[in-house]
Amino acid sequence: MSEWWTYRLSDFLMFSPSTYWRLVEHYNRDVWPLHFLTIAAGAILLWWVAAQRPAAETVVAAVLAPMWLWVGWAFHWQRYAPINWAAVYLAMAFALQALLFAVAALAKGGDVQPAGPLVRTCGLALAAIGVLLYPLIALAAGRPWSLSEVFGVMPGPTAMGTWGLLLLAGQPHRQWLAVIPALALLAELATRWAFQG
Amino acid sequence: MKRRTLLNLVPALACPGAIAQPTRRTAPLEKRIPSSGEEIPAVGLGSWITFNVGNDRVARANCAEVMRNFFAAGGRLIDSSPMYGSSQGVIGEGLQKIGSPRQLFSADKVWTSSGGAAQVEASRNLWRVPRFDLLQVHNLLAWDKQLPLLQAMKAEGRVRYVGITTSEGRRHREIEEIMRGHRIDFVQLTYNPLDREAEQRLLPLARERGIAVLANRPFREGALLRDLRRHALPAWAAEIGCASWAQVVLKFIVSHPAVTCAIPATSQVAHVRENMAAATGLMPEEAMRQHIAAHLAKL
Repeated sequence: MSEWWTYRLSDFLMFSPSTYWRLVEHYNRDVWPLHFLTIAAGAILLWWVAAQRPAAETVVAAVLAPMWLWVGWAFHWQRYAPINWAAVYLAMAFALQALLFAVAALAKGGDVQPAGPLVRTCGLALAAIGVLLYPLIALAAGRPWSLSEVFGVMPGPTAMGTWGLLLLAGQPHRQWLAVIPALALLAELATRWAFQG
Repeated sequence: MKRRTLLNLVPALACPGAIAQPTRRTAPLEKRIPSSGEEIPAVGLGSWITFNVGNDRVARANCAEVMRNFFAAGGRLIDSSPMYGSSQGVIGEGLQKIGSPRQLFSADKVWTSSGGAAQVEASRNLWRVPRFDLLQVHNLLAWDKQLPLLQAMKAEGRVRYVGITTSEGRRHREIEEIMRGHRIDFVQLTYNPLDREAEQRLLPLARERGIAVLANRPFREGALLRDLRRHALPAWAAEIGCASWAQVVLKFIVSHPAVTCAIPATSQVAHVRENMAAATGLMPEEAMRQHIAAHLAKL
């Protein structure tokens, strides 16, 4: 891309915010009431790792693998890609993340990295926001419930909750497992920033 | 129901087959394509962002209504690109829905570093047209490969005109070199009362070389109108037949002698009518054009 320094973030936004939010609304309607299942699964994971139950790292990886595959396929591939060609690559990245979690769940290698108090606090905060509080952002922003973004359904809360759970669980090789969720969060932030014009 | 919504519905209710027998209120200003002498209306329809609505059935139907009203007001040129997400498919579906208007002037682009012919064919299938009227190299991407391809297609009668595009003042030097060194029918660039860099070299060169000009981003993706909305429309706007800021901006653009057609994008029926109305009636003289530019620059 020539003269790349002349581009603003909003130059890459190829759809309107209203089109995006209508897409989210339709998606939420289509998959309802999956939201209850994914929030319940996230809440159980949060309790499991916060209470330091056995094999937390394996349980986290086993539950998150299908969630990442689902969000990549149902949201990025099926809904988002028609208005944003870059979503195809996001879908692939989410599928890769699902594969990494599947491998992490099945592999026995690697040592659990016990979390210190600071990491635990950060992990708990991120996981609580991603799993439980993220849907409230829509209300705080003046949007209706139908536009809520829910863990295991939409990419933003899924990525944030995943980060928190990885930190809390002391996941082996978590630095590798955290790369795609971090990129997914960056993509979310960039899109929202571009919405502001 | 809002008054505007009601007004939008009335023509469709009263005359559902309006597109088959369009009733022109006042014919829009038409400008010549220098390479052929063919005339096209000075206001067209862009599709960046506004027509990229994915699989949303309601929004797709709304885009069809925008196109129906565009043609009913005498519009012809619709511009899109493979880069615009679902826009090409939305245009194709909409055109079919409103009866494939024969007056359509289809303008699309090639946007790839390789496989240009396959991309053009995919685009043509999405538009559901037998051939494109105009194909442009999008943002000069691999223009040294794609321009010869488009020119070969033109020689074979598979497209009527070829061109190149840029936006927001980028790569003007390269655009100028291509305009001087290659036979092209159209150049697409950004031009409006605040973005006037093209006046320095490209617009005079287009006149000199007989190249038609499409003006994109007339409203800076709506940002210009959002800014202008805070200010009252000055009294002199009525002197050139303008009832809105959008019409002031469009009349400024299309009254430049080198500009063939401005391509504002919109997803609203009321706005497409307002835009098309800007191509009718009085046009500003040069002194008024300078006044418009100076006035908007001060706001």
